[in-house]
Order: sequence, then structure tokens, then C-alpha cells
Amino acid sequence: MIKALSKFLRELLLYKSALVGIIIIASLIVLSLYAVITIPYGESIKRWNSIEYWEDFPKNAMPSWVNFFTHKKLPENIILDSREQKNYVNKTTISLSGGKYIQRILFTFNYIYDDFPSEVILRIYSNSTKQFTTQITWIKPGEIEYILGRRLLRGYEAYYISRDEDFLKRFNANLISKIGSKPSYDLDITMALFAKEDLSILNRDTVEVSKGEYRVIIDILMGEEDINNVQIDAKLVVYGKVYGIAGTDHRRRDLALALLWGAPIALAFGLIASVTITFMQMFIAAISAWYGRSLDFIVQRMTEILMVLPFLPMVLMISYFYKITIWMLLLVVILLSIFGSGVKSYRAMFLQIKELPYVEAAMAYGASSFRMIFRYMIPKILPTMIPSIVLSVPDFVFLEAALALLGVGDPQAVTWGRVLEDAAREAALYKGYYYWILEPSMLLLVTALGFAMLGLALDKIFNPRLREM
Amino acid sequence: MVLILMFSRYRYDVLKRLGKYIIIRGIAISITTIIAIYIVILVANMGGFIDEIIKTEIQFNVYESIRNNPAYRGFNKSVLEEIAQKMIELEIKRFGLDKPFIYRSFNYLIDALTLNLGRAYRLTSASGSKQVRIIILERLPASILLFTSIQLMLFFSSLFSGLYLSRKYGSKIDKIIVSLSPLSSMPGWFYGIFLIMIFASWLGILPYGGIVDAPPPEHPLFYALSVLKHMVLPMLSWFIAYFAINTYSMRTFFLMFSSEDYVELAKAKGVPAREIEKKYILRPTLPPIVTQLALLLISSWMGAIITENVFNWPGIGSLMWAAIANNDSPVLIGIVTIYAYLLAITVLLLDIIYVLIDPRIKIGGVGT
Repeated sequence: MIKALSKFLRELLLYKSALVGIIIIASLIVLSLYAVITIPYGESIKRWNSIEYWEDFPKNAMPSWVNFFTHKKLPENIILDSREQKNYVNKTTISLSGGKYIQRILFTFNYIYDDFPSEVILRIYSNSTKQFTTQITWIKPGEIEYILGRRLLRGYEAYYISRDEDFLKRFNANLISKIGSKPSYDLDITMALFAKEDLSILNRDTVEVSKGEYRVIIDILMGEEDINNVQIDAKLVVYGKVYGIAGTDHRRRDLALALLWGAPIALAFGLIASVTITFMQMFIAAISAWYGRSLDFIVQRMTEILMVLPFLPMVLMISYFYKITIWMLLLVVILLSIFGSGVKSYRAMFLQIKELPYVEAAMAYGASSFRMIFRYMIPKILPTMIPSIVLSVPDFVFLEAALALLGVGDPQAVTWGRVLEDAAREAALYKGYYYWILEPSMLLLVTALGFAMLGLALDKIFNPRLREM
Repeated sequence: MVLILMFSRYRYDVLKRLGKYIIIRGIAISITTIIAIYIVILVANMGGFIDEIIKTEIQFNVYESIRNNPAYRGFNKSVLEEIAQKMIELEIKRFGLDKPFIYRSFNYLIDALTLNLGRAYRLTSASGSKQVRIIILERLPASILLFTSIQLMLFFSSLFSGLYLSRKYGSKIDKIIVSLSPLSSMPGWFYGIFLIMIFASWLGILPYGGIVDAPPPEHPLFYALSVLKHMVLPMLSWFIAYFAINTYSMRTFFLMFSSEDYVELAKAKGVPAREIEKKYILRPTLPPIVTQLALLLISSWMGAIITENVFNWPGIGSLMWAAIANNDSPVLIGIVTIYAYLLAITVLLLDIIYVLIDPRIKIGGVGT
């Protein structure tokens, strides 16, 4: 047995395409195992569909590795959190006259990228419901200081700095007094926060990032009674334009999660569907060929009915009307395919086998029908089926992707098809978010190629008639 | 004389058996078609659930119209309720929803089988008609134009290149085609996404989708050119997806036939290579090739749901999807019925033609 297996492997590896296919499939399996072990299935779904979890992730950020290929370095995400004891935070208390105090949180960060960030959001958390006055100061390199605003803090406050139009007005006024004119185009607030304030800012094409050390000061004014028991923290997020190995989507979700978890789902869906369908078809064909007569007639007519039924519209109708999950979809696909056209070709093979001398011999000694089907007939054609099982895996992976693309896929599932659908729905192609389309597509492509290459090589081995051709 | 008699006797026998065969085949095909259409009726109506949706919609519409109609203002509530109930009953009768679903499902079946396709629930044609027949006929040309062209192009190009490769198998070009065949593990629409990305989004030389520029050009020539421009990407996507595998299977198919004993014999006899190809290889391969072509053409009239969606092509495929998304079962049933009819007729015709033209097919028992 082991000898036969190793001989088979050696023969298989003679085909380079088989080797490539095996490597691809093996790495997909490793990826799937990694996904399943690190993040449980339920957790992945919960995380993917949550909003809070992704709050600190940039919107529509490209993958980080694009920075290797571009001359202009795009900004990474910068998160500064005063709850973490890091040296970029400095918390001090300043006492003022009259029993008033200022709690000051000072964030320092270096901004060294060639492009402006996508957003800037400051979140302030307080453990008391009392109202405090806060003042936020933004200090650019070269000690250019702006007071962004005074705000009232009660409990929790999210300050969307990059949407603060008041600041922009003050900034423009300041520019006019400084260099005599204001930009002729709509200056973005993130640009105002990060741009060099010289003549270059007047033109959209020349505006430059002022690189260097930035400081953000959050001052909270409070009375003596609060200074010791009110705890105030802040989190400043300077959202980048690149993130992680896969980038993010329109809901700030890290695509890496979906791409990672898409692998086990695609593999499971494709493999379960193709193995089950092929075996069921073979089993039905064997019974039909062995018993013949009315049973054969019924099976034949069933396959003909299934041939008239248009497969994709049926699957679409069922998954649209009943809003089924991906595993129910798998069941529907299997049920609609077990009387597929494969039954006809397997039946033809079985009819030939039925006439072979060894079958006749078994009949002569009185073997049961069960034994005939499972010991003599099915094992005979098993080898010819293995290539078709492998070759049909991509069909089902793409079927799931196609349903997702039309928006009838499982709304909860985290699949490559769903990522494609989100991208298509958000018009990623028009907006130039190519990574968003390319990443899931490439994974689908690699998966399909892997199974196709292995399958075609297996086909040549198991169907020797093809080999010499 | 005796010989002629025997011969005509033989002919008569063949004709009789052929007639019997055709009738039995015809009955079997009709039964499967009817059952398949009935299954589609059940699924498209969600086993009667769609009716409930439509009933609630009727109620809603009736109450709404009464509320908005100034003629009913000032009426007493119970009177209004009575009027509403009457109107709802009438509407339900008009839709034919007053009888149980099982009963109506057979009505639907008879309507479908007699090609009485009826009216759509929600969809309308561009001309504003609710007749299912008009809606389908309006979309059909777009699907035929695109997918029949694609299928014909694919079929003939792979037929001839397959034949060419079978002649010089083992050559470099043969190996290239064989090694390209894994490309076909991906569907056409998938390549469509890439092509849109390259030619529409990045290079900007071809349209993203649709059938004609907006606004459509006035001059018929420019109109045709604009349609052609919109056809390039979908056709190319299917060509990339299916050319290699089609050529590969055609080539293998011809190779199998060219290694038959009678071909070897002809070669041994010294029959010229052209002659062998024409008479000994092409002729016996004709029936399966014709079948394939016929089935391809019929399925091409149904369009392709996903490709049409990706390319925003207004054909039968996108109509089918619109019908599913709008719970519009009459349209769905109409499309499937037409498809089933075409398929059944084609299969029966092909059966008959083969019996007539292929001397190797013998009419034996029933159900072969």
C-alpha cells in the first residue's frame, strides 16, 4: 500500500504542474489551519460585522507594502493612547490660582510621511459624568501653534478634528495674515493640520507635508475636588493611508481578516461540495446500472428533469427567497447536483463494468447486490473520479463567490466573494481602490489554478488514454 | 423482384420502428419538461409564500387608496371597512389568488405549457408593458447578440484550432495550449472584472459596461459601432476563460477518433491525409459536435446572469436576476418555460437526425 502510494506520488511529481498545484493547495491548507486556530469561526463573524472593533482603523487604506514600490511614502496609522504607559504621552497637572487645576495630556509624535493622513480623530474619555471644559492645542513643527477648539467634555467625547470647519476658517485667516493670500482650492482640514505654511500651500500640486515633531495638548480645567478622583484619558488617532498586509475597506475593516478566513470557507465549501456530489452521483449511477428496470428508468428521468432545470437561477431563487446561510447553500447545491449530468456518464461506465467477467464470476458465487456495488463496481471506477473531484472544486468556490457578488450570499459569512461584493458595491474600480478587488481575486485565482493544475495532472495519470496525447 | 420486396419490407420495418421510437422519446421528453416546469413554478412561488406577500401588498394598496381618495372622506368607519374588504376581494380575484395554491399551481402550469405567459407582478418593459412576453422579447436580442456571438466565436475558433493541433500534437504550440488549460478553471465573469479594471478603469479606452453609450448615437452606423465597443470586453473575458479548455478538449476528441482502427486501416491503404481527415475523422465526430453546438446556442439565448451583472448588460440574464430580486414569478416561469421548450425540441430533433444520418446508431429497446 505504502509502496504503491509512493510510486504514485513519484509519478505525479513528474508533472511540474502537479507540484505547483500541490504547493498551492498545501499553503492554502496551512493558511486555513492558521485562521481556524488563531480566530474561532464565531469570533471571526462577530468581529467582521462589528463597528466598534474597527474604530481605530483607517478607511479604504491600501496595504502597507505599496510603500516599497512608491517613491512617495504614504502614511501609516498612528495611534496615541494615554491609557498606555508609553513615552509619547506626558500627563501632568498644573495648578492655577483660585483652586483651579488643569489636567494636561501631551501627545508627541513624529510625522515623516510624504502624504497627508486620511483623518484625525481625538477621543476623550472621562470616568465622571461631570462637565469639564477642555482645550485642544495643535503644535506643528516650527512651533506653529493652533488652538483647535474649546469643548465641553461629559463622559465621552469624540472630536473629529479633520471635520472641524471652524478651525479651517481660522487657519485660512491666519494664512492670509502670514503669506498674504489663501489657497485657491478647497484645502482639506488634514492638509491644514499637516501642511508646510509657505507659498507651496497655495497650489494643490505643490502643497507639502511639514515633516517633524507634532504635539497635541489636551487641557482639562477642573476644580480641586475633582483633581484626585476624576480620571481623564485621551486617544488620538492619525488615520493613515496604508494599513497592514491587506489594507482596509469602507467600514475600516482589516481585509486581512476576511482574506484569511475566506480560505478555510472556500476550501471547505469547494471540497465538501465536489466530494459529496461526485460520490452521490456515482452511488446513484451504480444502483441505477445494477438494478436496471424501473429504478433505472426513474433515475434516468430524474437526471433529465435536472438537466432542464436551470441550475444557477434555481440556486439564486432559493438563496434569495430563504436568505440561507452558506452551509445551507452548500446543502442546496448538493441536492440540486446529485442527479446532474455526471450520473449519466458514470452509469455508462457501470453498464460496461457489469458485463466484465469478474462481475459475472461474483454473480455466479452468489454475491449480494450490496457487495457487488460496493466491492466490485464502485472501486473499479474510483480512480477515474479523483481527477474530476479535484477539477470541480474551483467551480463551487466560484459559485459561492458569484452568489456573494450578486448579493445573495450569506450576509454574515466572511468570504472572498463578500469582499468582492463590498468592493463592487462601493465602486472600488471607479475610485481606484484596485487592491480591494485584486486581493480576493488573486486568492480565488490562485486557488482555482492550484486545483486545476493538480487535477489535470491526475487526469493524465488515471486516464492513460490521455497520457500519450 | 424478391430482393426489392425484401428491401422495401426492410424499409417499412425501419420506418415503423423509427416512428415508435420518436413517439416514445417525445413522450418521455414532454413528461420531463412538464415536471421540470412544475418544479420551477413551485420554487418561484416559494410554495405559495409569494402569494401571501402579494396579498398583503394588495391590502396595503387598497387601504392607502381609500385614505387618499377624497370621494370617501366623511364616510363612516365601518362603511369604509366594508368597501375596503370588497375592493380587496376583487383585487385578489383579479390576481386569481382566491383559490388554494395547489389548485392554482396547476393553472400556472397549464398557462405556462400553452405559452400563455400572462402579466408580470412588478417588472415592466422599457415600453411600459407588463406583458411577460413583451418583457422577455425586449431583452432577448441583447442576450442573443452578445452570447450567441461569443459562443459561435468560441465554438468555431476552438473547433479549427483543435483540429489543427490534433494534426500536429506534441508540437510547441500544442504544449502551450495544453498548459493554458488551467485558465479555464475560472469563469468568464471573473476575467471580466480584471478586464474592466485594466481597460475601463486604468486605461480608460473601453466602457465599464452597458450596451450602448449614453446618450445613444443617432446615426445607425455609430450606434452599431458603440454597441460593438461595449461587446469587446465581455467577449474577450469569455474567450480567455474558455478558449484554451475548448481547444484542448476538441483536440483530445479528434485525437481519440484518429486513433480508431478504421483510420489506421485507411492510412495503411494509403488514403491521402486530407481524405482521411474529411471522411474518416470528421464525419463520425459530427453528431456530438452538432449536439454541442445546438445546446450551446440554446443556452446562449438565456444569457448569463453573472456576466450580464458584471457588465451591466440588459439581457435575459439580468432580467432573470431582476425577476428573482423582485419576487416576480411570472417572468421567471416564462423564461424557464421558453428555455425548457427550446431544449426539449432541440433534443428530440437531434435524436431523430442522428437516427437518420448515423448508420451506427441502431434503434434497439426503449429508453436507450
